[in-house]
Amino acid sequence: MSYLAVEDLSISFGGIRAVDDVSFAVEEGEVFAIIGPNGAGKTTLFNLVSGIYSPDGGSVRFAGRDITSLPAHRIAPLGLARTFQNIELFEHATVLQNLLIGRHVHRRSTALSHLLFLPAVRREELEHRRRVEDVIDLLELAHYREQRIANLPYGVRKVVEVGRALCLEPKLLLLDEPTSGLNPEESEDMGFWIEDINRDLGVTVVMVAHDMGLVSRVAGRVLALNEGRVIAEGSAAEVQKNPAVVDAYLGAD
Amino acid sequence: MRFLFKTHYNQDIDHLKHGGDRFWYGLLLVLAAAAPAALGTFYLGELNLVMIYAIAGVGLMLLVGYTGQVSLGHAAFLAIGAYTHSLLLGAGLPFLLSIVAAVLVSALVGAGVGWIALRMTGIYLAIATLAFAMLTEQTISRAEWLTGGFRGLAVPQASLFGMPLTQGWQHYYVTLTLLVVTLLAALNILRSSTGRAMVAIRDSEISAESVGINLAVYKTLAFALSAGITGLAGALFAHRLGYLSPDAFTFLISLQLLLMVVVGGVGSMRGVIYGALFIGFLPQLLAIARDTLPPQIAQAPGLEPGIFGLILVLVILFEPQGIFGRWLKIKSYFQLFPLYRRATHRRQKTYLRTERLR
Ligand SMILES: Nc1ncnc2c1ncn2[C@@H]1O[C@H](COP(=O)(O)OP(=O)(O)OP(=O)(O)O)[C@@H](O)[C@H]1O
Ligand SMILES: [Mg+2]
Repeated sequence: MSYLAVEDLSISFGGIRAVDDVSFAVEEGEVFAIIGPNGAGKTTLFNLVSGIYSPDGGSVRFAGRDITSLPAHRIAPLGLARTFQNIELFEHATVLQNLLIGRHVHRRSTALSHLLFLPAVRREELEHRRRVEDVIDLLELAHYREQRIANLPYGVRKVVEVGRALCLEPKLLLLDEPTSGLNPEESEDMGFWIEDINRDLGVTVVMVAHDMGLVSRVAGRVLALNEGRVIAEGSAAEVQKNPAVVDAYLGAD
Repeated sequence: MRFLFKTHYNQDIDHLKHGGDRFWYGLLLVLAAAAPAALGTFYLGELNLVMIYAIAGVGLMLLVGYTGQVSLGHAAFLAIGAYTHSLLLGAGLPFLLSIVAAVLVSALVGAGVGWIALRMTGIYLAIATLAFAMLTEQTISRAEWLTGGFRGLAVPQASLFGMPLTQGWQHYYVTLTLLVVTLLAALNILRSSTGRAMVAIRDSEISAESVGINLAVYKTLAFALSAGITGLAGALFAHRLGYLSPDAFTFLISLQLLLMVVVGGVGSMRGVIYGALFIGFLPQLLAIARDTLPPQIAQAPGLEPGIFGLILVLVILFEPQGIFGRWLKIKSYFQLFPLYRRATHRRQKTYLRTERLR
């Protein structure tokens, strides 16, 4: 049984089948990339897996559990975290607060004990803070800790979003175009971080990417989508050479 | 400028972050406690009212400023708190117990409203809460057997620890204590995961869901908390009114409460206090203005709500962060003098968000 197993997944919006009978499997510990031209259905696929949308058909299994019909907030605690293509941070909160929100699934105390801020709540807060500081160290965010997201440059926001996902201590991380809009150095850093996250933290990574350089560097296997359907699967080199993939990209241009 | 050297994460958790905070808030508390000695009955009463507004404002701020759910119907929770408290006092319940009951009843109704309105946001939520407030007003005026309808309901005299509460200063201290307790409770919520979940919902529902926040639970909880606190203010407000009738809890009150939160500064508890002072003393300013205006304008019906609405719109247009935001700007102007630039507080570029997902 694969770690993440997607089978015959489909969803339509109006007349468009945005994701059409898509199946693939991701093994524990690998970096798996999803590529495809604009509108191929990559983001929609992520939204299906993470529970934002519920599919018209098919199934998603994660770590041996059927999560097809679970809402997003019940999937996250199972160890699945994600980022968004267009950045969805908590704009009016600081970096620190954003990361602390990422620890939500690890809370232990109740709202009633929060009203009184019992000593146990303080201990828990300190514990969250320590874990968040580890992420801040890893992603070199110390400089921005107290800044509001609204005042941060784009590149830093991208990193904060990855950081927030890491604060969940996920087992599986879905990254939707982690390097889009980044300059070459920032992209390079992001590539290293993805490798670190995968190797040192042992997180399985599924990422959507347009940047084939990044894909060939970090991803073991690649899935290519076009118009909602799987058109190729294999190593980065194989998929890049696949005629259907070449056609899809040329056709889209 | 003050540079703070932090040596422990506790310093970020504590309410009062450094000696200066402790000094100024301590002084404020001492002044507030000494006020009855210095102020006459009238101004003490007004200050009491301001603090009652502030309690209600804390409740509404949690909902509007921190959870991002607008309510145009909070007068209803004020009414529910006031009537519950008066009826239970009348039934012989001790003062404190009856206050607790008023808070719980309001919170329960708030949870119900929140739960029903779960799928609504923005203007639709505002309209739904407004409808709820009108329904409450109607119910109160129809249920004569319970509330006395428009004939009204006399608020029984309360007594605390065997001491009858007859004097203005007694009510003042009760309100002051409850305001401090409410503020501390609200700030406690905000520095723990419950408060962070509320902020998350305010800023991005889709992200909140994705980090495991159950939107239904936290929105309902925010409504319950907000309504409960506003109910507490209602219970205190009952003593101030002395006589309850449905027309004490009209749309104008809801609007005033919202105005307080917005004018004070959305997303700041200090803003609530500024907003309460503003709301509390605005009617007096209006009364003075009335004397100087030509009678056609001064006597015009709907002048007050008109002015409230106008201020609301102007603040949202020109100073979205309210008095608190303005205060921050003035403070940094003096800290950076003469280097302040207008652009310092201008919001930087915003980036595209996933519109498709809303
Ligand atoms: N909520 C929605 N409502 C209607 N149509 C949608 C919705 N979400 C996605 N679509 C459509 O589904 C198709 C796939 O969109 P999707 O965002 O998944 O593509 P993508 O592969 O992520 O593209 P890009 O590379 O531009 O990010 C598009 O035709 C899009 O218009
Ligand atoms: Mg996309």
